[in-house]
Amino acid sequence: MNYQTSIGLEVHVQLLTRSKLFCGCSTQFGSSPNSQTCPVCLGLPGVLPSINKKAVERTILTALALGCKVSPFSRFARKNYYYPDLPKNFQISQYDEPLAKDGYLEFELDGKHRRVRIQRVHLEEDAGKIIHGEDIQNPEDKDSSFIDYNRTGIPLMEIVSYPEIHSPEEAYQYLVNLKRVLGYLEVSDCNMEEGSLRCDANISLAPKGARLGVKTELKNMNSFKEIREGLSSEIERQAALLDKGEKVPQETRLWDPHEQATIPMRGKEEAHDYRYFPEPDLLPLKVSQEWIRSVKEAVVELPFHRYQRFISQYHLPVYDASVLTDSRELADYFEECVRNFLHPKVVSNWIMGEFLRLVKKETESLRKIKMKPFMLAHLLEEVQKGVISGKLAKEVFQKMFKSGRPAEEIIRQEKLGQISNEKELEEIIQRVMMQNSKAVDDFKKGKDKALIFLVGQVMRETKGRANPDLVNRLLKEKMGVRE
Amino acid sequence: MNLYRLPAYELHQLIQDREISIQELTRSIFQRIEELEDKIKAFLSLDIEGAMEQARRLDRKLSQGKKLGSLGGIPIAVKDNICLKGKRTTCGSRILEDFRPPYSATVAQRLKEADAIIIGKTNMDEFAMGSSTENSVFQVTRNPWNLGSIPGGSSGGSAAAVASGETVMALGSDTGGSIRQPASFCGVVGLKPTYGRVSRYGLVAFASSLDQIGPITRDVRDCALLLGVLNGRDELDSTSLDYPVPSYLEYLVPDLKDMRIGLPREYFVPGMSHEVREAIVQATGVLEKLGAKVEEVSLPHTEYAIATYYLIATAEASSNLARYDGVGYGLRTRGKTNLIEMYKKSRQEGFGEEVKRRIMLGTYVLSKGYYEDYYGKAGRVRTLVRQDFEEVFQSYDAVVTPASPTVAFKIGEKVDDPLKMYLSDIFTISANLAGIPGISVPCGYSQEGLPIGLQILAKAFDETTLLRIAYAYEQSTNWHKSKPEDLKL
Repeated sequence: MNYQTSIGLEVHVQLLTRSKLFCGCSTQFGSSPNSQTCPVCLGLPGVLPSINKKAVERTILTALALGCKVSPFSRFARKNYYYPDLPKNFQISQYDEPLAKDGYLEFELDGKHRRVRIQRVHLEEDAGKIIHGEDIQNPEDKDSSFIDYNRTGIPLMEIVSYPEIHSPEEAYQYLVNLKRVLGYLEVSDCNMEEGSLRCDANISLAPKGARLGVKTELKNMNSFKEIREGLSSEIERQAALLDKGEKVPQETRLWDPHEQATIPMRGKEEAHDYRYFPEPDLLPLKVSQEWIRSVKEAVVELPFHRYQRFISQYHLPVYDASVLTDSRELADYFEECVRNFLHPKVVSNWIMGEFLRLVKKETESLRKIKMKPFMLAHLLEEVQKGVISGKLAKEVFQKMFKSGRPAEEIIRQEKLGQISNEKELEEIIQRVMMQNSKAVDDFKKGKDKALIFLVGQVMRETKGRANPDLVNRLLKEKMGVRE
Repeated sequence: MNLYRLPAYELHQLIQDREISIQELTRSIFQRIEELEDKIKAFLSLDIEGAMEQARRLDRKLSQGKKLGSLGGIPIAVKDNICLKGKRTTCGSRILEDFRPPYSATVAQRLKEADAIIIGKTNMDEFAMGSSTENSVFQVTRNPWNLGSIPGGSSGGSAAAVASGETVMALGSDTGGSIRQPASFCGVVGLKPTYGRVSRYGLVAFASSLDQIGPITRDVRDCALLLGVLNGRDELDSTSLDYPVPSYLEYLVPDLKDMRIGLPREYFVPGMSHEVREAIVQATGVLEKLGAKVEEVSLPHTEYAIATYYLIATAEASSNLARYDGVGYGLRTRGKTNLIEMYKKSRQEGFGEEVKRRIMLGTYVLSKGYYEDYYGKAGRVRTLVRQDFEEVFQSYDAVVTPASPTVAFKIGEKVDDPLKMYLSDIFTISANLAGIPGISVPCGYSQEGLPIGLQILAKAFDETTLLRIAYAYEQSTNWHKSKPEDLKL
């Protein structure tokens, strides 16, 4: 049977702040276990949280970029459950009064415009990490588990979509585009390997036109690819059940990437009662209109808008526009180039080809690249004028990319493309002598300066590529001087 | 001269005038503790070495001609739910028996900055849950006025220590009356500040929206002096408010001209001791003589306060106490077991009856399907209780009530009847729900010689009015001058 699939995504993103959400501890990834903890994030008796304003600001910024309404008054709540990675045995989160709600994310799917509504954006604290003895080298530790609290208290932003995503591919595109937005806003590095972006999914199937079916919650998907795979597998599983006339039990399931299947984790009966209640240790979060206004100023042009603009303004193909707007730095780089060299498609070809190939190879952040956009523009200009051949340009480009030196300097110093072929030069010299017979006469009469003039003319004809020593010698020979 | 008899401000003067040394004073307090502690059992731990070291340091400072802080050289005891770096902080519980916090509470920091000398940690009901200090797992503290009676609670150790001269001043904490009720039972002064007046950072939480740290002292002037050190905004406590901090001592004048004081009729309940009622009536006469106008007022939602309190306080406690799970610190059950069993057994072995009762009640109150009926409704009633006070304070400067319906009861008398025990806080609980300040000052003695306390309540952040009325009353009576030894000890 044909079912309507409804997927809702819950994305958790670690915010890029220097310190944790409720204390001053560093958020640096990869430090030695428990080196970034204090009484507050360890939840010791007597401690109290105090809110990190930067984290609130980044959440507001994201909410605004996603078209959400930012609540002038929101509240933190305690989510109570026992787990050793949660030192207080409750997580400070937000419940019925989130920081922002009712937004949307726009993107394209198979050339069609999509707009998935966002239910809420809220702020909460991350939990620690449990390391089991069997994963540690020391055999004595085999039966024990260890807890690293460095991650405890790092600010997490939760972005919850409505169940309006209808296919695994659409879920994938939603995530790619959400990640782009977060990258543009510089609120998170969205690194799934380091756990700075995590995603759970709700998924249900129902006959077309019917109301939402019974949903399962899907966890443990560790990349966008796994999310696509997990959702596909879960859709198949649910469809098979429904086809047989069976009911889909409401439960939480885990994606097992080795088995390429979802496995049950806990049923509805075992679902937690989190006993949410307002966090009494924090005052309600008040966000003034002025604050919202000042944060709004930091909202940059968003990737989807930029993508559309690249197509309409620069007449770029869809694919080019998508690649070039993947990150803000890349799109900025492209536009800066185009400002200096008005042939967008040429620039795009270079950036998507040679440029990105080197970026990937050098694995450098775009910001650190020494070759500035105007340098690339200048190089392309020279190629277009025919001053530099395409083949030579590639060579120059590589050197520019690595060193950040301008093209002319590289060409001159490294004698790239220098004409040292006597035959080739003789033709030009012949022509120059014919066109400047007065200077030739002057030289013959003993005016040495005329020689300098003639060399200059040859250099001009060759756009500076002639080997000057050779030109000197050949000119003198032609004018009857022997050394 | 019995130094342990004198209030802090007099001792401070003697120290400034170099009449006594700080070491002499500190030694005399420890000597007093040695004489009495077997009987009173107010302390869970003493820091003789640290205190004497601090005394030496301060004496040296004085001899170098340097000025001391406003509590310079004054011995002070701290309730055992307030964290002191490296010092045992048990909360009267097995589960924290060996817990030594790696940090100090903000109030401890402020005491240190004021050059006070912290002499030890006082006994309390486990996690401040109780009204008699009998819920401490370590020992039963006795009322210095009658060793067969309880000192009140939960700050019973602090109140008994001040009353017996085992300390000059003490810190308590008050969630539903835990400063004021023991102060009244022990014949000393105890003040619960406005919620948000004193930082809670480092106070082991019982019920976060109700807890406040406050002074327990010999007299009202000492109380004002200590509050002045404790209070003020703390960046580490988001609920501590940035409210102007008055110099309370300037407001201590012995008259109450133009003051309007309300006497809430709901506070004179059946079951209230006749002697307490008499003492309060007499006290209002004194207030009138001092120039105040005393009139009957109504706080109509008073009867719901206890039920409301036990829903809110237990709900918050069930969450606050979830962290004692045997994982990172505190008691962990012995032997190898799985995670869930470790949680269960550690908490089973670590918590006492009353704490378990409240955790269970609080967990239930917050459960799905019950939240609205219990926690939600309690929140709305709390607002009504607060509005009752706001209404009265539009026309009145303060309200006076008994601090407790009876005097101190016998040890063991109410241990098996939690509801009866809860009723001993019936007059103090509303102030915590409303977030307003309250003070208890001695206002008489029962026939068997047990102290009675007069509770004064004022509007939020109006501690000056509270202290002024308490001071004027105290100065025109002699109750505070009686000491336990004059009677039975």
